[in-house]
Amino acid sequence: MSMLINKKTKVICQGFTGQQGTLHSEQAIAYGTRMVGGVTPGKGGQTHLNLPVFNTVREAVDATQADASVIYVPAPFCKDSIIEAAEAGIKLIVCITEGIPVLDMLEVKVVVDCLGARLIGPNCPGVITPGESKIGIMPGYIHSPGKVGIVSRSGTLTYEAVHQTTQLGFGQSTCVGIGGDPIPGTSFIDVLREFQADDRTEAIVMVGEIGGTAEEEAAEFIQSEVTKPVVAYIAGVTAPPGKRMGHAGAIIAGGKGTAVEKYASLEKAGIHSVSSPAGIGQGVAEVMGW
Amino acid sequence: MNLHEYQAKALFERYDLPVPAGKVASSLEEARQEWKHLGTDIAVVKAQVYAGGRGKAGGVRLISDAAEFDAYVDSLLGSRLVTIQTDEHGQPVNSVLVAAPTDIAKELYLSLVIDRAAQRIVVMASTEGGVDIEAVAVETPEKILRAFIDPLVGVMPYQCRELGFKLGFEGKQIKQFTHILTALGKLFVENDLSQAEINPLVIQENGDLLCLDAKVALDDNALFRHPELAAMRDLSQEDARENRAQEAELNYIALHGDIGCMVNGAGLAMATMDLIKLKGGNPANFLDVGGGATKERVTEAFKIILSDSNVKAVLVNIFGGIVRCDVIAEGILGAVAEVGIEVPVVVRLEGNNAEIGAQMLEESDLNIIAAKGFTEAAEKVVACVRGEQ
Repeated sequence: MSMLINKKTKVICQGFTGQQGTLHSEQAIAYGTRMVGGVTPGKGGQTHLNLPVFNTVREAVDATQADASVIYVPAPFCKDSIIEAAEAGIKLIVCITEGIPVLDMLEVKVVVDCLGARLIGPNCPGVITPGESKIGIMPGYIHSPGKVGIVSRSGTLTYEAVHQTTQLGFGQSTCVGIGGDPIPGTSFIDVLREFQADDRTEAIVMVGEIGGTAEEEAAEFIQSEVTKPVVAYIAGVTAPPGKRMGHAGAIIAGGKGTAVEKYASLEKAGIHSVSSPAGIGQGVAEVMGW
Repeated sequence: MNLHEYQAKALFERYDLPVPAGKVASSLEEARQEWKHLGTDIAVVKAQVYAGGRGKAGGVRLISDAAEFDAYVDSLLGSRLVTIQTDEHGQPVNSVLVAAPTDIAKELYLSLVIDRAAQRIVVMASTEGGVDIEAVAVETPEKILRAFIDPLVGVMPYQCRELGFKLGFEGKQIKQFTHILTALGKLFVENDLSQAEINPLVIQENGDLLCLDAKVALDDNALFRHPELAAMRDLSQEDARENRAQEAELNYIALHGDIGCMVNGAGLAMATMDLIKLKGGNPANFLDVGGGATKERVTEAFKIILSDSNVKAVLVNIFGGIVRCDVIAEGILGAVAEVGIEVPVVVRLEGNNAEIGAQMLEESDLNIIAAKGFTEAAEKVVACVRGEQ
């Protein structure tokens, strides 16, 4: 059994009939994700992509027994949408949207933690278990079912790691984009714990970037709790201080959160790190002897 | 987004936080009037720029002589102030704050920021005020006190008392500090700040507390909720190219190298810069063109990259996920033709229909070099600027 999601996971989409919701729901259905419906307030009762549309998440859950929800609603409304999903009993909430106010996320985190829901994202590509289920915006075809677990703060860098591990024939067990925001719903540590327990995952790739201390905390966790080999890459060695590098969370503030510090933490914890983003797959081959 | 000190202090006043009397002036005449209006023997003149370290850089002065006042204000307005927090060109001084002087008995430090690890707003307070707090954090971390704010209840009075007694406040000061911290917490949340800093928070000779300086940064993602604050943005304090990119919904950060970069995705954009450096080159910029990478966006991105005259070659690195690479290649060809690019452009396309896209680029008669793979692309663009390609 795979972690977080599998082919039986029933998924609804919030912001279902919008442009993004429609495009990525079509792709998810084509990939084989068990989409069971969607939510767009005011469009309840309609059918979209041959699936039922509901006015509220609670109605959708009552009718479909959905396990997971993927959110494409605009940033100003995400706090409401995430809490609506958690209150309706959804246990896995994947929020793709970028640009949610930080203070909204502080409150959201308290509520989802309190209700025992797992929030992935926001500002992330989502989660995929290749060959089973894809919840998010990642291109399905670059993945292949396999044995490397990938966790990353960046979308396109996740694809880079996926592409390399696919090219080398290792494939992926599950890939989780935890997102580029300063307050992510799910941390590196949360995903590392899942990978450690997951039978299919034999090696782990962790892709970090400048800003915050999530990589340092993850390094300590890996040293004490993770027995599977980990290969890490950190983006932003050349990033200047005080500038936000695209992601809200990618900023060296007060001299803290540099890639150099993060690499030092990884080294101290005995984790195999690679300095080239093109060398992630090769790094896995080296530590695994594959 | 940042606020100027005078704007931050106006916000402070709305929350009944004590600040020195004073007003902003953008001409010598206004500055003179403001000093006259204050009626003080001494005027404090402070350059208004988006940067700290103004005092040491000569941007703050206490003046009692009218001629000196005129000369100083005149020298500041229209100049550029270089501080330890600015680049070598400094920030333009378009206005000054003219304020009443303060009898300072002691300088302390108080700030609120988001603590990412704790996922809370953290209050940081210290008896070591008026100095570089980052140096205090490194040299004597035990002198920085912390309290975490629960998002559900906000700043609690007991937290103010705990911090207040540790900071050595007595009598009425505890009550004043409780008011200041509670009001600052409310101000932080109601205005979606990412940082509020009072350095120094002073104890005056009469024992009363006063917010002598005020630094405020806003959460850009929450500006939609605060149009009146968003309108205070001073574009003259920001990089013109970065602003232009922002208008086109592109993320652009200027750097000092000679290899322009255009990439989709923030993480891959950083990684591309890193790989260029690893191969011995120097990136001229960070640019995330976004997921769309349409002809219009790519064209605008090229224009912004090439407005930097240091750029000797451009590396385009696109991982086409949902969007097909042949569509992206079409966009790149259209953009290169439209902008009339003279420097070599190395392109790496990966993902859906990557071969077709690469072939289209190869067959064009434009100055485009198609690269297979991430490493080869970085090596080729570095070779270009060295004149080897």
